[in-house]
Amino acid sequence: MASDAKKVLVGPIISNNPIALQILGVCSALAVTSKLETAVVMTLAVTFVTAFSNLFISIIRNHIPGSVRIIVQMAIIASLVIVVDQVLKAVAFELSKQLSVYVGLIITNCIVMGRAEAYAMKSPPGASFMDGIGNGLGYGFILVAVGGIREFFGSGALFGIEIMPLISAGGWYQSNGLLLLPPSAFFIIGLLIWAIRTFKPEQVEAKD
Amino acid sequence: MASKESLGKTLGVVVGVCLVCSIVVSVAAVGLRPTQQANALLDKQKNILAVSGLEIGSQKMADVFAKNIEPRLVDLKTGEYVDVKDVEGVSDINEYDPLKAAKEPEKSTKLSPEQAIAGFSTRENIGLVYLVNSDAGELERVIVPVRGAGLWNMMYAFVAIQPDGNTVDGITYYQQGETPGLGGEVENPMWKALWPGKKLYDEQGNPAIKIVKGGAAEGDVHGVDGLSGATLTGTGIQHTFDFWLSTDGYGSYLKKLGKGELNNG
Repeated sequence: MASDAKKVLVGPIISNNPIALQILGVCSALAVTSKLETAVVMTLAVTFVTAFSNLFISIIRNHIPGSVRIIVQMAIIASLVIVVDQVLKAVAFELSKQLSVYVGLIITNCIVMGRAEAYAMKSPPGASFMDGIGNGLGYGFILVAVGGIREFFGSGALFGIEIMPLISAGGWYQSNGLLLLPPSAFFIIGLLIWAIRTFKPEQVEAKD
Repeated sequence: MASKESLGKTLGVVVGVCLVCSIVVSVAAVGLRPTQQANALLDKQKNILAVSGLEIGSQKMADVFAKNIEPRLVDLKTGEYVDVKDVEGVSDINEYDPLKAAKEPEKSTKLSPEQAIAGFSTRENIGLVYLVNSDAGELERVIVPVRGAGLWNMMYAFVAIQPDGNTVDGITYYQQGETPGLGGEVENPMWKALWPGKKLYDEQGNPAIKIVKGGAAEGDVHGVDGLSGATLTGTGIQHTFDFWLSTDGYGSYLKKLGKGELNNG
């Protein structure tokens, strides 16, 4: 059982990563990764929402009628997202301003719904909760990796702390402006998927 | 026990889930509102103090704000100060929100397409400025809020102006959604440092601030370097200043301020 829980928790980080393998939740991964700080906060928010939506949906899974199950899932997810948004506004006002609409858009993040539908509807609450945390962390792993690369080479800083002084600020580093624009996240995610699949060839899809 | 697919059960589950969810959401929204409002107020005060030039040191921000900053309402048409009690629907100046007023037909003026260069089509009738007073009570600067559309979103800034109504003392963009690293550099201290000393109006009294692509000439008192890679943001800033310095914006007020002609200043 212990190894099962570990698999559910750690599996989504590399071997079953929601972004890299399932290619879910890419939209927000483009939007919030120009800085590490927002990437980390977004990770925490998504992890919280996935974990608890999985938990609550799993608790009532035997009572949810099949005909309205998506609506019930959405109601629970949406409520959790609003709670997260409100809490962020209260405790981290600056950050919530930077994340702007993207916290609200967690509702539409396919990872949350995908896990609710694919896992929480069929599994007991404990395992579902773990699965939510695992998938949140898997999402976060990619987000933080992309955010780190983009902020480091795009602004010469990490977590807003200057590491390579920019030419525009009198230093020596010519920043790469492309990395600050959303398309660069596509390239980086693509390269990450390539790297992961080189190490884990079993992830490569069969040729048609 | 009824089957889980029966009509009654379906309705029951849906109503139950909705009830629980709505209670959770309401509790979060209502319970956290005071903290959120305090945050929003503190954030605004922080931005105003940032351009006020006041030494804060170890004092509390709210205390410095209460002591040295005086919010005043300005009738944008006449350029005169107006008393809170003369403005309909406002009981406390701290509760007046120009952005909200700009959206209400009876509290705003519709702009013609030629006037609406800054990206909004209605402008509030009553503006809100902040006077910075020294400890001795003398007027040191006025802080004027401006806004205008950038490349992606509305950009909001405070401009600190000397009592001559013409010389810039500082600027801060406190809310914008421009591309980080390009247009987002309006928040860069190096760029903001270009502003102090610039003159808003030329000798004929026309709005004269120019965002110069490629860099303003040495000694140009009206030109500010554009941001590289952010031409459209620069255009947005240009339009912001063109609008707010004109008589559609704070033009009348600044002119009267500079000449010392404000009646109840």
